[in-house]
Amino acid sequence: MSNLAWIFVSTLLVNNFTLVMFLGLCSFFGVTAKIETAWRLGLANTFVLLLTAVGAWTLNTYVLGRTPFLRTIAFIVVVASGVQIVEMAVKKHFPVLFRQLGIYLPLITTNCAILGLALFQTARHYTLVESLVFAIGAGLGLTLALSLMASIRERIEVADVPVIARRMGLVLVVASCLSMAFMGFAGMGSAP
Amino acid sequence: MTAVVSDQPAGQPAFVPGAPPPASLAADIWRGITRENPVLVQFLGMCPTMAVTNTLANGIAMGVATMFVLVGSGLLVSIFGKYLAHEVRITSYILIIATFVTLADLILAATFPDISKALGPFMPLIVANCLLLGRAEAFAAKVGPARAVADGVGMGLGFTASLSLLSAIRELLGRGSLLNHDLLGPRFEPWVFMVMPPGGFLTLGIALLGLATIIELRRRRAERAA
Repeated sequence: MSNLAWIFVSTLLVNNFTLVMFLGLCSFFGVTAKIETAWRLGLANTFVLLLTAVGAWTLNTYVLGRTPFLRTIAFIVVVASGVQIVEMAVKKHFPVLFRQLGIYLPLITTNCAILGLALFQTARHYTLVESLVFAIGAGLGLTLALSLMASIRERIEVADVPVIARRMGLVLVVASCLSMAFMGFAGMGSAP
Repeated sequence: MTAVVSDQPAGQPAFVPGAPPPASLAADIWRGITRENPVLVQFLGMCPTMAVTNTLANGIAMGVATMFVLVGSGLLVSIFGKYLAHEVRITSYILIIATFVTLADLILAATFPDISKALGPFMPLIVANCLLLGRAEAFAAKVGPARAVADGVGMGLGFTASLSLLSAIRELLGRGSLLNHDLLGPRFEPWVFMVMPPGGFLTLGIALLGLATIIELRRRRAERAA
């Protein structure tokens, strides 16, 4: 039980997927202009992460035991189909959200956080329950990072910043400060 | 059912083969290094850019591996792209890319096991680099094999150059060395911050601010001249 709690806190804060492990940076910089879109994309990502965790664990345990070199290819197919399912579900039930997320919904496929989750849970030999906790922690961590970044960027939007900082430069420096803040959690323990 | 029908035009962009304007092969290569540099201009492939640029060796290895995948997948996509059904083209591109990434992963593990271990899961994660899918969809699928390869080489060189620049800065400041050769002597206090995650964001941020300053200065000079 304590192991599960550790995995959760570790992926949520100490080794935050976006700010410390550098996974999922495209959406981190691409869709964090508005906070509503940001946290909704975070939750959509969490759902895909959960699907991926189950799919990757099943593949690893029952199919890929003797062919580890096929992992990359097999995982990306699982991810791509998972994203396709989510896309269809969102389009049917939340058309407004579908329009807001735009191109970034199909782009979850090439979100390294999803594939990264599958690869890391394999490298660390997580059980099914551990993988699920890992996925929830990673997803909420992603949502947290996206929401924090979006809140700051909404404030920057109305601030008077120098001309050279109007584009990505300032956003990256802000990301650096956020990342530094998350480094503070490193004292809570070493990586498992 | 009506909702589905009305959604159709918005959800499915017409597949117009908007081929890029004709250009010489040299121009295709040069474009990727300068005006359409994947990291500094297009912000594609941010995750490997940040994650592996803590030492110069890692940065170069990631750049070269990405170039290998870019060239290989560009070639195959440009040859077979026109035979793929529109609905499954993205999945097919991803499978082609994943195949070359697996190749690159195994070759690196066989030739440079240390670097392969240092890159860890970020080597297979090249599959999720948006640069690869972006080039396959936007360029390779619409041109002949020669131009697709030239574009792959150019984008790959641009990616490698940016990664080498960032990782050289980070390794020099964070460890006082380049390619593990001690350069700054024993009296240099390593700026460990630079090889940690925040240093990656900061280095690229400052590089972009510098680039924006140069562009802004040029624009002002042009305005004054006009």
